[in-house]
Amino acid sequence: MLSSYLTMAAILFCIGLYGALVKRNAVIILLSIELMLNAVNLNLVAFSKYGVVPSLTGQMFTLFSIAVAAAEAAVGIAILIALFRARGTVNADEYDEMRR
Amino acid sequence: MDTTFSQWAWLIPLFPFAAFLMLLAFGRGQRMLGVTLGAASSFAGLVLSILVLIEHMTDGTAYYQYAFKWLHFGSVTLNAGFEVTNLTAIMLVVVTSVSFLVNVYSAGYMKDDERISVFFSYVALFSFSMLGLVLADNMLTLYIFWELVGVCSFLLVGFWYSKPEAKAAAKKAFIVTRIGDAGLLLGILLLYWYMPDHALDFVRIGNVFEGNTGVIAAGVTTWIAVLIFIGAVGKSGQFPLHVWLPDAMEGPTPISALIHAATMVAAGVYLVARTFDIFQASQTAMDIVAYVGGFTAIFAATIGVAQNDIKRILAYSTVSQLGYMMMALGLNSLTGGIFHLFTHAFFKALLFLGAGSVIHAVHTQNIHEMGGLGSKMRITTWTFAIGALALSGIPPFSGFWSKDMILHTALQEKPFLFVIGVAAAFFTAFYMSRLFFLVFMGKPKGDHAHESPSSMTIPLVVLAVLAVVAGFIQTPWNDTLGTWLTDGAEKAHGGGGLVMVISAAVGLLGLYLGWLVFVKGTIARDAVSSRAPWLVRLLERKYYMDELYEMLLVRPLRGLGLLLNLIDDYVVDGIVRAVGGTAVLFGRGGTRLQSGQIQTYGLVTLLGIVILIAAIVGRRFW
Repeated sequence: MLSSYLTMAAILFCIGLYGALVKRNAVIILLSIELMLNAVNLNLVAFSKYGVVPSLTGQMFTLFSIAVAAAEAAVGIAILIALFRARGTVNADEYDEMRR
Repeated sequence: MDTTFSQWAWLIPLFPFAAFLMLLAFGRGQRMLGVTLGAASSFAGLVLSILVLIEHMTDGTAYYQYAFKWLHFGSVTLNAGFEVTNLTAIMLVVVTSVSFLVNVYSAGYMKDDERISVFFSYVALFSFSMLGLVLADNMLTLYIFWELVGVCSFLLVGFWYSKPEAKAAAKKAFIVTRIGDAGLLLGILLLYWYMPDHALDFVRIGNVFEGNTGVIAAGVTTWIAVLIFIGAVGKSGQFPLHVWLPDAMEGPTPISALIHAATMVAAGVYLVARTFDIFQASQTAMDIVAYVGGFTAIFAATIGVAQNDIKRILAYSTVSQLGYMMMALGLNSLTGGIFHLFTHAFFKALLFLGAGSVIHAVHTQNIHEMGGLGSKMRITTWTFAIGALALSGIPPFSGFWSKDMILHTALQEKPFLFVIGVAAAFFTAFYMSRLFFLVFMGKPKGDHAHESPSSMTIPLVVLAVLAVVAGFIQTPWNDTLGTWLTDGAEKAHGGGGLVMVISAAVGLLGLYLGWLVFVKGTIARDAVSSRAPWLVRLLERKYYMDELYEMLLVRPLRGLGLLLNLIDDYVVDGIVRAVGGTAVLFGRGGTRLQSGQIQTYGLVTLLGIVILIAAIVGRRFW
């Protein structure tokens, strides 16, 4: 049972990674990051149920993680909106301030 | 031994040093400060030196030495200190008196120079170094001051550094004397190595070498003596390192008088005299000193005959007279060498200052462009005449007595050197009469000449008096100096009538011949140059010594320098540039990676992780 959950999580993670690295739209990148985060959450839950030492800690950890992710998404979206206002674009290619 | 003044002798060099420091700090823009301080400090030194000398004169055994621990490493202690012997006392008076008179003279001569206070500060520094050299009680301290006077000489020869000749002459003087200094340094090291307890002070050096006790092997002794002599050769302008001295005449004339006639160039003679015990322990070294000195005497005297620059004639004359001194030392006559040093300091300083007065008046140094100055510059003419007669060895002027003593020693020890000395004396008299008659007699060639100011003529008069009387401290009938200087150890060269007659006759003959050629015209001036032009050219070109050095040493060294420069430019710098270039290249690549695209960074990180994982996993199947 465990391996199918893990495979599922890995597939999710890879889709998220692909999106984060390839997509140009910053909103899509943010969504992809959420996808990767949730792949991890899935792993945690799977281990808490089918792991070598099953325990509730994993599920509680996931709840924390979801809460933090929600906050993070809010902050991320806020930054994105501010960036969009400042630069007039959501295109990640054009965000190259780090170079200067 | 209680001494009243000798224990304060260390103050003597400190007077000019204080003047130097004050001029360095406050001299800028203070034109009179240099003159005042220079004259005052050297006068204070002169007074104290005379007191020291009187003390030593009245009490022949007066002696004072003081040394403090300077460096201490391992079991070796190096001392620094000062020592006042009879030899030191007389040198002190020579240096301070000439230095004082030159300071006074320079007040007039350098009046219009804009760097006058710099000039006086250099002169003060030189006086300090020279007096330190004289007072030094060991070889190492002496060597330090020895180098310091070299630096001062360099600074003062190149004083008018806007003239390219002066710059070249300063460099030449420094480099050529440096060859000698290297010899001296090696000599000191050898001495240090072989002396018991590594002692370098003159007292113990004297004790070890005196009477050839065999503490140090004969071969080593010879080497030490020869190496020290090489140092003296460089400083005192002996053949073959004499080439710098005539060129050093590019410096201001008072400097030529002070450094390049009376004091610094005599330092080589003084050094040999100071370490005389080492030389006496090795007959080979003594012979080398004697023959080098004798050869230099005749060699430079013949060159002097064909020169046309008033200062260069005097410079070659200095080289030749220094040769005499060396010859005397090499013939085991300490008194003769120091006596000639003593008289020469006065009459040669007189001649140079007189020449400076002439140059000041006519603004040229070529003797053929001068003439008839006798009626316009009476004081200069008379004092110059006295100097010329003293140099030519005409009795009763001082040069006669000292030269006579050297010639007499030569006749007793090595008759061959006696012949050379007499020949050199003849040439000396001839070129001095040529110089004198061309400059002061004949038709005037310009009417703007005038007598120099009193600040310049008074030193001339004082030096003229000294040039007349200085010889009487040691005559064939009066052995004061010899007994006093060597503590009676040196056998008195009584002086036969024959030598005196010969040397006086030769001097007079030289003068007479000069008179015949340049005044009376009985012998045509081109009598020699029309018959043997090659001979005149050979002398005029100074035996092609400069050309020889240029070809044998300077060019190959330049070539080597050029080659090394190329290696430095292309090989060494190439490696450095390659290293630098690689770093820059890496940097460029790094900048390209630094695109600011967060997604690229992420991709690279991912690739890195994949490679890492692949490596870790792959190890299992290795």
